[in-house]
Amino acid sequence: MIATAIHPPKNMVFAGLGGMFLLALLLETLLGPVPIAPARLLHLLLGAPADATEAAVLWQIRLPRALLAVAVGAALGMAGAAQQGLFRNQLADPALIGVSAGAALAAVAGIVFAAPLQALAPVPPGLLVPLLAFGGGLAASLLALRLAGGDTAGLLLAGIAVNAACGAATGLLVTLSDDRQLRDITFWTMGSLAGGGWLGGGIALLASLIAAAMILPAAPALDALLLGEREAGWLGVRVDRLRLRVVVATALAVGAAVAAAGIIGFVGLVVPHLLRLLGQPRHGVLLPGAALLGAALLLLADTLARGVAAPAELPVGLVTSALGAPFFIALLLRRPA
Amino acid sequence: MRRRALLLAPLLAAAAAPERVLTLGGAVTEAVFALGAADRLVGTDLTSRYPEAAAALPKTGYLRALGAEGVLSLRPSLVLASADAGPPAALRQVAAAGVRIVTLPEAHAPTAALDRIAAIAAALHRDPSPLLARLRADLAQVQADIATLPARPRVLFLLSAGRGAPLAAGADTAADAMLRLAGARNAIAGHAYRPISAEAVLLAAPELIVTTDDTLAGLGDAGALLALPGLAATPAGRGRRVAAFDALYLLGFGPRLAGALRHLALAVHPDAALRPLPSAGAPAG
Repeated sequence: MIATAIHPPKNMVFAGLGGMFLLALLLETLLGPVPIAPARLLHLLLGAPADATEAAVLWQIRLPRALLAVAVGAALGMAGAAQQGLFRNQLADPALIGVSAGAALAAVAGIVFAAPLQALAPVPPGLLVPLLAFGGGLAASLLALRLAGGDTAGLLLAGIAVNAACGAATGLLVTLSDDRQLRDITFWTMGSLAGGGWLGGGIALLASLIAAAMILPAAPALDALLLGEREAGWLGVRVDRLRLRVVVATALAVGAAVAAAGIIGFVGLVVPHLLRLLGQPRHGVLLPGAALLGAALLLLADTLARGVAAPAELPVGLVTSALGAPFFIALLLRRPA
Repeated sequence: MRRRALLLAPLLAAAAAPERVLTLGGAVTEAVFALGAADRLVGTDLTSRYPEAAAALPKTGYLRALGAEGVLSLRPSLVLASADAGPPAALRQVAAAGVRIVTLPEAHAPTAALDRIAAIAAALHRDPSPLLARLRADLAQVQADIATLPARPRVLFLLSAGRGAPLAAGADTAADAMLRLAGARNAIAGHAYRPISAEAVLLAAPELIVTTDDTLAGLGDAGALLALPGLAATPAGRGRRVAAFDALYLLGFGPRLAGALRHLALAVHPDAALRPLPSAGAPAG
């Protein structure tokens, strides 16, 4: 009886998370500085002829942002849960394997050397920084994996080394940048869902789905890993393969997320904890649950980012932390001793 | 060409002048006020801090971090954007909603500043000739006066970017252009606004430090600025010569350009006798 009180049934958890996700999705499309009545929203969604501003707000701004929020939030939440399982450490987050630092280094290089890079490779100006960020994130995490030399503790150390190197190189580029580039860098590091559009959201969603297809089947192996690496090996888990699978999936999903939306903190670290505090330690629930909760949290954060300071806009990374931290603290305080 | 434009101006104004205007950029907002079209403004950005009435308008946030939906919620029919406004994706989304966006070029010279005001007037269907005539007369006089000054002192323009080394203005900046126009030499040879080290400050050997009011306020006072590494040992530091101006006034290249030039020239050449501007006695507007 006590066990069921601490661990609510799986179906109830998914129903609750699904409900939260749908509610957040509805709020993201319904609320904002441009008021659109619910009845008008239905008309607009069905493609009825309408006011140009309302149509543009829905189809060019809110829906692409919702798509990106879902893709990025789900990727960060799920990747965070998988990393914590892999490292058997609740302080692990996707940044640990260098993907965010590598993406940031490449993105800052794209901002500082925009002109010469444009001359070298004629990509559309809006795509230069996302493409570089994606490549940088992937390269940094593969480098960490290569340096790790086949054990998880090694991967942790290699991740620290890659993070430090990327951080130093980013710092060097920042000192080379002028004031305008500096302002762009500052806003990039605070994250935003505004610039992705349908293309960015679509690519990020595709990357998240591929990552989910790689990570979700690994849930039983991650559960076995909770016993220890050697013990999991006795249970028939190929730990090296599991590590490769989780790192590559994380690099793919988080790299695409950072490329489309910049650095968004908090989600990857804390969303899995929220689920564990709700009594859901098993990866079969944790991984899809973290994806749902991450998406819902980011949708809610973006709704607030657009609306709270209207007509100005807040960086969404600030809002995720402001929103998640008190919730997290409340759960910690209620935790049975 | 110009005569034709003048003849057309009243007709255009009668046709369909934009009713709801949003300005992005302090100098652009100032120009709209100077053209007497402030009653059409529905909002501005955070850099629009002059005149005082501009500060009371709804703000769409920082110029380079605009939110498309926030901009659209003010229902503008025309957006007058300075070259700095962005990010580009937000402006594209605003344009997709059918809002006309006129992007104005950067101005680092008096002629470019006047052209920009003319372009703003054209977008607003306003006749700019009275304002432009007044600004031309002011600029012609102050530039003629500055041209007679014999020496060209070395001046360092510093901007504080929070913690760490201050930024110094190099070539291709509004500050560099203002220094040269005011009869000074830029004490450093760099490019854009970049952090400057204590040793580079010593090498530059400026005779005067020019900065912004915000920078001084952030540091405390002129004494705190001169206490920055390297500054105290320069000629400007030994003579305690620091001049601070409002950033928008000094660097905006807007309708107050002639006055800013005269003030900066007086700071650079304290003994010079510069005549008051021709428009100084006349009522504004």
